[in-house]
Amino acid sequence: MRGNIIKYPRDNIDTDVIIPGQYLKVHDYAELATHAMEGLDPDFHSKVKEGDFILSGKNFGCGSSREHAPIALSHCGVKAILALSFARIFYRNSVDGAFLLPIEIDQDAYDGISEGDEIDIDISKNEIKNITKNQTYKMKPFSEIIGKIIAAGGLFKYKPDQD
Amino acid sequence: MNIVEKILARGSGKSSVAPDDVVFADVDKVMMHDVSGPGVLKVFDKLKKQGISVDKLWDPTKVWVAEDHFVPSADKMSAENIVKLSNFTKQYGIEKHFKYGMGQYGICHTISHEEAMVMPGDVYVGGDSHTNTTGALGAFACGLGHTDIAYVLLNGNIWFKVPETYYFKLNGKLPDHVMAKDVILKIIGDIGNDGGAYRTMQFGGSGIDEMSVESRLTLCNMTTEAGAKNGIVEPDQKVVDYLSKRGATNFNLVTGDSDAEYSKIFEYESSEMEPMISKPFSPDNTCVVGEAPSVELDKSYIGSCTGAKYEDLEAAAKILKGRKVKIRTEVLPAAISIYQRAMENGLLKIFLDAGVTVGPPTCGACCGAHMGVLAKDEICISTTNRNFPGRMGHIESQTYLSSPMVAAASAVTGKITDPRDLL
Repeated sequence: MRGNIIKYPRDNIDTDVIIPGQYLKVHDYAELATHAMEGLDPDFHSKVKEGDFILSGKNFGCGSSREHAPIALSHCGVKAILALSFARIFYRNSVDGAFLLPIEIDQDAYDGISEGDEIDIDISKNEIKNITKNQTYKMKPFSEIIGKIIAAGGLFKYKPDQD
Repeated sequence: MNIVEKILARGSGKSSVAPDDVVFADVDKVMMHDVSGPGVLKVFDKLKKQGISVDKLWDPTKVWVAEDHFVPSADKMSAENIVKLSNFTKQYGIEKHFKYGMGQYGICHTISHEEAMVMPGDVYVGGDSHTNTTGALGAFACGLGHTDIAYVLLNGNIWFKVPETYYFKLNGKLPDHVMAKDVILKIIGDIGNDGGAYRTMQFGGSGIDEMSVESRLTLCNMTTEAGAKNGIVEPDQKVVDYLSKRGATNFNLVTGDSDAEYSKIFEYESSEMEPMISKPFSPDNTCVVGEAPSVELDKSYIGSCTGAKYEDLEAAAKILKGRKVKIRTEVLPAAISIYQRAMENGLLKIFLDAGVTVGPPTCGACCGAHMGVLAKDEICISTTNRNFPGRMGHIESQTYLSSPMVAAASAVTGKITDPRDLL
């Protein structure tokens, strides 16, 4: 999976800035997308392209359980978030709803990848390649259940009985 | 096993579980509100298109619904969401729907305890991050998103990774000027916004034994702000009395084994606790009130599932009695039952005499949705739970989190004030 990086080099990007509370009443996915990251980066919409990845620090997606957050990002075309760590509800919403991939990275990837870099994510090898800088980093492997739900295409397509 | 491991083992039909085990646990109660409900409906629409049947819920008697975020309806779109929610509960035969304007209603987490919707030992999930609140009754209470709630509604179970448990031991009774809110702010300041991430935060010790059920609810409520999967207190006679008064019978009081394991134990002395605040823009950005910056406040807000239970209002009233507020102050009891008790016991008169605006139960201003949002550059002291940028209104507004006592004292002086100065 290839895409370009939009980097927010900070920790604790919370769901209140990913999609502010006033839009919680909105359930039209396309409309939610128009407000993504509104609380943090008013230029997000002029930057984001289909297939992009977001790179950020610790505890990405903390705060409210609003599924609006991964929905808004995925409907802008964001395919994965690379972060040092994730808040738990954002993480499971992203996976169970099959909206985007939450990729946990190490400090070397966080430091090494810059805004605009072209990245190739290979989850079968737990590897992230920085095409722009010709560097390779490890991603933290998904836990068994997360890997299976991702492979199935979301929680509703995952069949626990077949394990 | 500890209490959470025992509840999840029972829920998943296993004789024992350990941290990091993945289980599918049967759910005893599930809650959704006027944001997560319509969100679940969107998931149902998607499922229908994929050929998955959404004709019947697994058990409508285990589902309950609150109207809280955008009520009284903030605008046309939120009014339509309430209609959607009503149609949803009618279509699926969900009887426990707390509608505003029809007797008891309020913030979902407040209804969970005021109406004894959740029982000790339950596996309880809700479509809201502060579902953690209800762990104070001795349940495994955990917040989920729309897809997961839809899954529970159709299947009656959901996957969990069994969390490891951090045990927070509080020794001794809190001083009169210190509230549970101060304790949880202190803890979050110590461990950070992700200090409890993916874990259980369990509270115990003589300080917790001494605490009211409502105070324990405040502790568990803000485990969410430390990233925890759930907060929990082992149920005792206080919980039984609390729920019995609200009509509950048949208690299954699950507690941890004597050799229960905790991945870390934190110990706090009540006598050393002080009134705390969280400064903008993060709940873990804490300091004692004595070291608060000298800012001119624009507003004091006493509301939300965190800070508008009956004892929260009582604590604020103790300070506001016979005084006038110097800044815009709003009190919004978290449920009608609390509003009514506040009226019967004279609290509303104290608030109104002090110049406070008393509003209806709603999540409104806490999440910057409606009914009291902040303007650019406005500074608010608030009994709520989050103060991220834009949380309570304009992206350039600021929120300081505090206990109801500190918020009330600050309402009187217009500056962040230690309640001891006014008690």
